[in-house]
Amino acid sequence: MTSLLNIRRRRVDELAETAEGGTSLTVDALRRMARNPVAIIGAVIVAVFVLLALFAPWIAPEDPYTPFQVLKDQLRADSIPGPQPGFPLGSDEFGRDFLSRLIVGAQQSLVVGVMATLIGLAVGMVIGGLAGALGGWVDTLLMRLTDIMLSVPSLLLAISIAALARHPSQWTVIIAVAMVSVPIFARLLRGSMLAQRASDHVLAATALGVRRRTIVFRHMLPNSVGPVIVQATLTLATSIIDAAALSFLGLGDPDPARAEWGLMLGNAQRYLDVRPELAFYPAVAIIVVALGFTLLGESMREALDPKNRR
Amino acid sequence: MTESTEPTSSTVDGDVLVDVQGLEVHFPIKGGLVLDRTIGHVLAVDGVSLRVTRGETYGLVGESGCGKSTLGRAMLRLVEPTGGRVVFDGTDLSALRGESLRRMRRRMQMVFQDPLSSLDPRQSVESILVEGMRAHGLDRDRAATATRLRELLSSVGLPASALRKYPHEFSGGQRQRIGIARALTVRPDLIIADEPVSALDVSVQAQVINLMADLQQEFGLTYLVIAHDLAVVRHISDRVGVMYLGGLVEEAGSEALYADPLHPYTRALLSAVPVPDPAVEDRRERILLAGDLPSPAAPPPGCRFHTRCPWRQPERCDTERPELREVLPGQRVACHYAEDIRAGRIQPHEVRPELVEAGATGPLDTSAAGPASVTEILGGP
Amino acid sequence: MSSLALLDVRDLTVTFHRKGARPFTAVDGVSFDVEPGRTVGLVGESGCGKSVTSLAIMGLLPRRGATVGGSVTFEGTDLLTLSASAMRERRGRDLGMVFQDPLSSLNPVVSIGLQVSEVLERHRGLPRKKAMVEAADLLDKVGIPDPRRRLSEYPHQLSGGMRQRALIAMALACRPRLLIADEPTTALDVTIQAQILALLAELVRDTGTALILITHDLGVVAGLCDEVNVLYAGRVVERAERHALFARPRHPYTNGLLASIPRLDGARGERLRPVRGSVNDNIPWRSGCAFAPRCPNALDVCRLVTPEMVADGPGGLLRCHNPVVHTEEVTA
Repeated sequence: MTSLLNIRRRRVDELAETAEGGTSLTVDALRRMARNPVAIIGAVIVAVFVLLALFAPWIAPEDPYTPFQVLKDQLRADSIPGPQPGFPLGSDEFGRDFLSRLIVGAQQSLVVGVMATLIGLAVGMVIGGLAGALGGWVDTLLMRLTDIMLSVPSLLLAISIAALARHPSQWTVIIAVAMVSVPIFARLLRGSMLAQRASDHVLAATALGVRRRTIVFRHMLPNSVGPVIVQATLTLATSIIDAAALSFLGLGDPDPARAEWGLMLGNAQRYLDVRPELAFYPAVAIIVVALGFTLLGESMREALDPKNRR
Repeated sequence: MTESTEPTSSTVDGDVLVDVQGLEVHFPIKGGLVLDRTIGHVLAVDGVSLRVTRGETYGLVGESGCGKSTLGRAMLRLVEPTGGRVVFDGTDLSALRGESLRRMRRRMQMVFQDPLSSLDPRQSVESILVEGMRAHGLDRDRAATATRLRELLSSVGLPASALRKYPHEFSGGQRQRIGIARALTVRPDLIIADEPVSALDVSVQAQVINLMADLQQEFGLTYLVIAHDLAVVRHISDRVGVMYLGGLVEEAGSEALYADPLHPYTRALLSAVPVPDPAVEDRRERILLAGDLPSPAAPPPGCRFHTRCPWRQPERCDTERPELREVLPGQRVACHYAEDIRAGRIQPHEVRPELVEAGATGPLDTSAAGPASVTEILGGP
Repeated sequence: MSSLALLDVRDLTVTFHRKGARPFTAVDGVSFDVEPGRTVGLVGESGCGKSVTSLAIMGLLPRRGATVGGSVTFEGTDLLTLSASAMRERRGRDLGMVFQDPLSSLNPVVSIGLQVSEVLERHRGLPRKKAMVEAADLLDKVGIPDPRRRLSEYPHQLSGGMRQRALIAMALACRPRLLIADEPTTALDVTIQAQILALLAELVRDTGTALILITHDLGVVAGLCDEVNVLYAGRVVERAERHALFARPRHPYTNGLLASIPRLDGARGERLRPVRGSVNDNIPWRSGCAFAPRCPNALDVCRLVTPEMVADGPGGLLRCHNPVVHTEEVTA
């Protein structure tokens, strides 16, 4: 019997020499994303947007905030100056360089989108994590709370929160948009944590005598965050749209000099028959960026799905 | 599993490792529109008593919904028993709480049916294996831990390079080896294996069965193997318990049970197992059971098996639940008429199948708590 | 080939193409035929191509992503050349199929009675009332107690065994001449499995329908099939009449499978002799025998030359360079 065991062990050790591997699920998912054209398109859009936002002050050809005399001179009641040398996209309604404002607007959108998503993610994960890990009445209480928030249409909720603020600013927009995504993140994390709690590998860890805290942080959380991260990427898209919508409705930062896509879109409304491009460009920018994040998020979801492995 | 001699009687108190006394697990069925109310119970395990002797392999067989898996989990307190107790090596597990229970877990481990879902997909094999050792302070010395992991892997027939890999990079049989190695890391006395080979391909099953036999010898393990495959259970077990609807109906040495089954259910079960030999198949006589397993939420009164039993007798079978009693040395049976059936004084008769209502298939079947019909979901007539 | 054959499968090949993956040949030149009233088994482990074979015969593979080659001749017509609608007409009328998971093969929101009678209405043109009466008869015939009441019930209200019976009733509704059962009892308990197998055997005997039984369980095959095809890695490696196959398995894979399963009536305590390795160790058929790396009988030639299917014994076929020789003792 023992000799048999030894023979088997030797054969196995020989096998070991040729063996390789050690690919974690994350690396595996990234590899699959790199092969997916949809993911690449999304990633390129997002990368361009982020670079544009980060280096906006240097990329923007002109000062986006001060009106130019040349352009102001051409402003009439029924016309806004179009493209001309030095101002490729022409002027806005105050004689400022429209291209530069569009570029700087990327920065605004990124800051609002990322901050709102991060805050929403943080709060949502705390709520969802507590509900999922503790269960019982804590779970019931927190989930009823998120149900109430979910029952109000998201934009309406954001508008109500933003409208409550006495001094509207960029921060009220961020908070308002963040609150909208909190219940979504919370529900999502709680749901996947509950699924994890019932899973065999968590049962196995319990049977092994692993402490509860270790089980939550080492097994339940890491296996639950996948869908939440996907959702966060998708939420970036909606956050940017929601923030733009709030500015559009005049609930954002009241400073009219600020270059913000939603605000630009709102202001352009009045000049639609004069110069529709003023609405067209910010709208396209919002749509393309939202699309970029959505494509990235969707391909991430696909890559993380164990059914698509290999 | 080993070639050891079978204990002549289940009552040899000599070296009982696990003593299960009247164990009950009743799951509440929740219902109600607004508030969750308990509207009934699923009697998954309903009064089971058995003893597992140190070093033996005890096989637990039964069909899905008989409560064998729940019994295994309740023995490890992975499911809270609602009644009875489990005494493990002299310690009453039901009295343990918190930290003392957690420490006790080191001595009794579990091997799962689905090797993939029972391994955390995000952990490398190394961290999966180290985890239990760390939880019980067995990994103080780094070098010693590394050596131990290598030894364990080689015991279960995996190369040391497996440590760096992740569960999804292995085949089903290899994953089950990892699951077994994980159970062994904490040097347990008892391993409860719940359907350890049923998720594996036929040609690989034998590898794992042989491995378990080797490991039992190497580490002096006690096994409780839960399985639906009677041929597998017979092969690896010293003693076998047969469950039906939450209760033990027969318990005997593995040879005796298969050679001379006393309970009508055991007989039917054994006769239903296909044998890969046409010559045997052609002359076998089958006892075909009529109908389905009754719902464990509403088990029949009296003998649980009387609704399907071809040897059922009037009155007593319908009203009085038979106790497990020793009919032959070492062979316990829960049947009022075991002796008469064995002697041929009672002949089998035809059974009309009784209607079994929905949700009768499993103890955790949620349909019992769900809507009564699809039309109810749709709000139709 | 044989003029008696009801179904003649020749060189069936199924290749799956998936985005970003190499084409995968699941079925690689499978040939067999089925005569009326006979039961033919396709046996093998997961991934051997047995289920894909049945789906290809039934025309149930997706048109996109799967290439099907060879021919499937049913009473003189090559089913592979039929249009989707012509094939739909054939299914249910000439060909019936029973799947492994009865719950997912039944429509959850339509009552059992309606599901059975629909088949009768569509393929036999019966009016609804008559179809319902017939449906109740069918349910009764497959052993469902109180069939009239069951007609108005929904799949989730039936137990697993009853669902499988209902599915068999549907497959039989139009008295098909060929029934394909794909792992019909795998999801069921042994006592229920025994009921279903007895039912299938009875149906074959009484109605004269031919049956293709697909399973991984050699025990099930031993009791039910007249002829058995053992599949490995997409090819038939051995075919024999069932008594011959179990008494004298010639292919080392068949032999290994039989030696590796514990038998209820075997000697206890004897060590099992497993087949070593797993299907992951296979080599491609074009460079030799796929089973060679796991084979105890493997010779050098097995890794160099692809073995051909040759006649072996009465009515048997074998694909092996170095088959198991049976003297009085089985050698492994």
